[in-house]
Amino acid sequence: MTTAIAIPEEREKLTKKALTADHPTWCPGCGDFAVLAAYYKVLEKRQLPHENIVTLAGIGCSSRFPYFVNSHGAHFIHGRAVPLASGVSLSRPDLHVFLFGGDGDGFSIGGNHLEHGARKNINLTYVIMDNFVYGLTKKQTSPTSPIGFKSKTDPTGAIDHPVNPMKKLISAGATFVARSHATQVNHMIQMMERAMDHQGFSVVEILSECVEFFPGAFDSSIPRKGGTFTVIDEKKWDNAPEDEARHDVTDEIAAYRLANLPFPGLFGVFYDIDRPTKNALEKKWIADTRTKLGNRSDLEILQKTFDRMK
Amino acid sequence: MSTSPVVEEHETPSPDTGGARADLRPEHIRDAVIRLAGNSQDGIQSAGAFLARLAGRSSQDVMTYMTIPSTISGGASIFQVRIGSGEVLSAGDEADFLVAFYQHSYDEHIHYLREGGVLLYDSDHVQPDPEEKRFVHVGVPITGLTIEALGGTAKDKGKNIFVLGLLAKIFHFDVEKLKKLIAERFGGKSEDVLNTALMAFQAGFAYPVGNVLTRLYHFEPVEASDRAQITMDGNQALAYGLIAAGVRYGAGYPITPWSSIMEILRAELPKYGGLFVQAEDELGAVSLALGMSYAGHLAITGSAGPGISLKTEAIGWASMAEIPLLVVNVQRGGPSTGLPTNVEQSDLYQAIFGGHGDSPRVVLAASTVEDCFYIALEAARIARKYSTPVFILSDTSLATRIEAFDEPDLAQLMENSAPDISPRDGEFKPYALDHLTHHAPPGSRMLGGKYPVVTGLEHDEMGHPTGSPKLHTAMTAKRRRKLQDLAAEIPVPEVHGDPEGDVLLVGWGSTYGPIHEAVNVARERGETLSAIHLRHIHPLPDGLEQIFSRFQRVLVVEMNDEGPYGYGQLASILRARYCDPKIRSLTKTDGLTFRVREILEGALQ
Ligand SMILES: Cc1ncc(C[n+]2csc(CCOP(=O)(O)OP(=O)(O)O)c2C)c(N)n1
Ligand code: SF4
Ligand SMILES: [Mg+2]
Repeated sequence: MTTAIAIPEEREKLTKKALTADHPTWCPGCGDFAVLAAYYKVLEKRQLPHENIVTLAGIGCSSRFPYFVNSHGAHFIHGRAVPLASGVSLSRPDLHVFLFGGDGDGFSIGGNHLEHGARKNINLTYVIMDNFVYGLTKKQTSPTSPIGFKSKTDPTGAIDHPVNPMKKLISAGATFVARSHATQVNHMIQMMERAMDHQGFSVVEILSECVEFFPGAFDSSIPRKGGTFTVIDEKKWDNAPEDEARHDVTDEIAAYRLANLPFPGLFGVFYDIDRPTKNALEKKWIADTRTKLGNRSDLEILQKTFDRMK
Repeated sequence: MSTSPVVEEHETPSPDTGGARADLRPEHIRDAVIRLAGNSQDGIQSAGAFLARLAGRSSQDVMTYMTIPSTISGGASIFQVRIGSGEVLSAGDEADFLVAFYQHSYDEHIHYLREGGVLLYDSDHVQPDPEEKRFVHVGVPITGLTIEALGGTAKDKGKNIFVLGLLAKIFHFDVEKLKKLIAERFGGKSEDVLNTALMAFQAGFAYPVGNVLTRLYHFEPVEASDRAQITMDGNQALAYGLIAAGVRYGAGYPITPWSSIMEILRAELPKYGGLFVQAEDELGAVSLALGMSYAGHLAITGSAGPGISLKTEAIGWASMAEIPLLVVNVQRGGPSTGLPTNVEQSDLYQAIFGGHGDSPRVVLAASTVEDCFYIALEAARIARKYSTPVFILSDTSLATRIEAFDEPDLAQLMENSAPDISPRDGEFKPYALDHLTHHAPPGSRMLGGKYPVVTGLEHDEMGHPTGSPKLHTAMTAKRRRKLQDLAAEIPVPEVHGDPEGDVLLVGWGSTYGPIHEAVNVARERGETLSAIHLRHIHPLPDGLEQIFSRFQRVLVVEMNDEGPYGYGQLASILRARYCDPKIRSLTKTDGLTFRVREILEGALQ
């Protein structure tokens, strides 16, 4: 593949057309379409080098994302996409790693990986399309299903206490935690952009309705259906008296307080702090180690090690 | 160093008892097995390691055997060193020398001493059976003399080095080389520590052991080979082999006896600009490694059996998505937590078949510590060429024993490792049916405008999911053909011993040494016996049937259970492959390495 290929110097603009791949296989009306549209918009707006965009996912309806985006991508196994994406991120600092998945994929089977990806603050952007149900496997209870939700595995209504995604992510150590809604395209774009600009483990939970197995799940947060979509009023640090009451995104306790509000709660950035990423810390260790060794060649380093074993 | 003429030649030392003699002339020996038995906190491991390293520096062949105590802070422990002037294939069935630190060491290990062997014991702790006349008894108040030399507080630290001094005297070891090794080992610590060690060594060396032992020994000098010898254990050899193979990224989760590989890689890879990640669990680890491989590096993950079980789902993805990956399994006794510090070869089925669906993977097994180094290079070569997961099987005995081997020619062997992110033209297909897959990792510009998705769903040549019966058949065949192509490419193992005859032993993994020694012993006795050893186990190399056809019986020697039908794991695979009823099994499941005697009994009965 490396033989002389004419490489065009000029780069074409990254358009929606260039980013579009297979036609999505989702049910008509599925919330995930809008999330995909928002992702295209973000990529179009930011004009990253096409080859450096990586779209990864686990398994679920939402996780079919990579097929619908014309970028380098991988469709992995159920629940393990966070470590997959971590491997890409840690070994290739030149790439922009985007990860997509569902609530079952992220909070149930992948729950422990999520904890550790967050704690290590791996530099990637993770969008979780939360539909409160297992879509792909056709209506089983998910870790975010509300108590009372009637599914095939809880025919008389779910009884297990659901995960609170915001609280789980903040306590795990994620350094950017936001919540959005598939019916609010501009808000999704804003949140995704802020997430991708954040250095570290950035997560956006997007309420994305499964019209097939949990229709109406989010009506109470859709204004045109009589619900309320209330955005977090972030501090502007402008010394104005009304700033006092606004949310400080670096205040962990305040973020928990917001996360505790009853459904549908608030949307926007709950938490956003700077903490060194694992990427940066490992990179520094590698650089220090190499400097100490006087940047010798690999052969010289290994030879020296063997000399000590003689 | 003295090189007095050969007085008498013995295969192994056979001193007689007697009074003091002033003119102790060293007896030349070719081979000696020295077993140090004590508690692990006495540092017998490090005394043994000094001996091994010394032998390596003297161009002598050396092999060690140690037991890892299952308790954390001590407990009974042994270290056995076999030093030879010729080829040393196993750590020895019996010891020529037993050093017993405690009564329990004596009680448990005296039956490993061969008749006429020397029992060197700490007379402050050990009361040998006075009726026992088969051995030469040499009592030395090791504890008392160490206290005398170092003071009471240092005694537990110094006994091992005191004994090293004693052995140096008895075996005419090169004292300067040994002191240099001690200095290298302790020099990094405070000067006090080094001085204490040297005092202990001197005290042991000065002890008039000639008063109680009539013969001293001297290994036959060997011609220094033109390549220097390096001394390391199997896990080190594997880790450095991976580095030589250009592997720069990986992830793992600790478990005995795999952990030291990941510890080495964690500390070493940054020197090479790479990174090893400690993951939250084994499935996380293999997923991280797959992310690294997908990103264009050939990554490594590993574990022992229980952790490999956790990785299997993701390894299936690697088969389907055709991602190169190295998976090390340092086998131990199983199933479950099993015998965590013992040796077994019972994960062969798991390596070959431990997956869902038809998920071809390559399985290699290292045969010696030296081979741990080279098998890593071979595994990396195959993984890159065929874009597939490759298992490397090792085991507890290889992981922990120290051997000396010819220094590898690193300048020749070192592989480069940067991801190939060169632009790909419009013809690029990630899963072309007519040639091997070589992915375009992220960062590669796709000049045709189509970016590839690698996937665990069945797919067409472009990576689009498909349920097409035709495509699933074609793609399954494509993945399987990699193994068939590899089988045709790899060498048929050489027969050790007669090219034809009655019994052919077939081994794999760490049984290499005892099997080959058994063949040598049988042939010295005038019997015919032959062996082949498999490094490539899945797929098997083409052409084994021709070798089998020249023997009456084919006996597969392995450390696993014979199963419900009477055949061990490799034996069952060979029987299924060749449908040859003369393929039989010699198995064992006591958690210990094969003794040469056990193989001879099984083969020649
Ligand atoms: C190891 C494993 N277990 C179970 C499954 C079956 N499975 C596929 S997707 C899924 C749940 C999907 O739910 P979610 O992650 O919420 O995604 P959604 O389909 O709702 O977008 C399950 C249980 C699987 N593919 N792999
Ligand atoms: S089943 Fe639900 S989540 Fe899946 S595509 Fe249909 S609407 Fe979307
Ligand atoms: Mg879901």
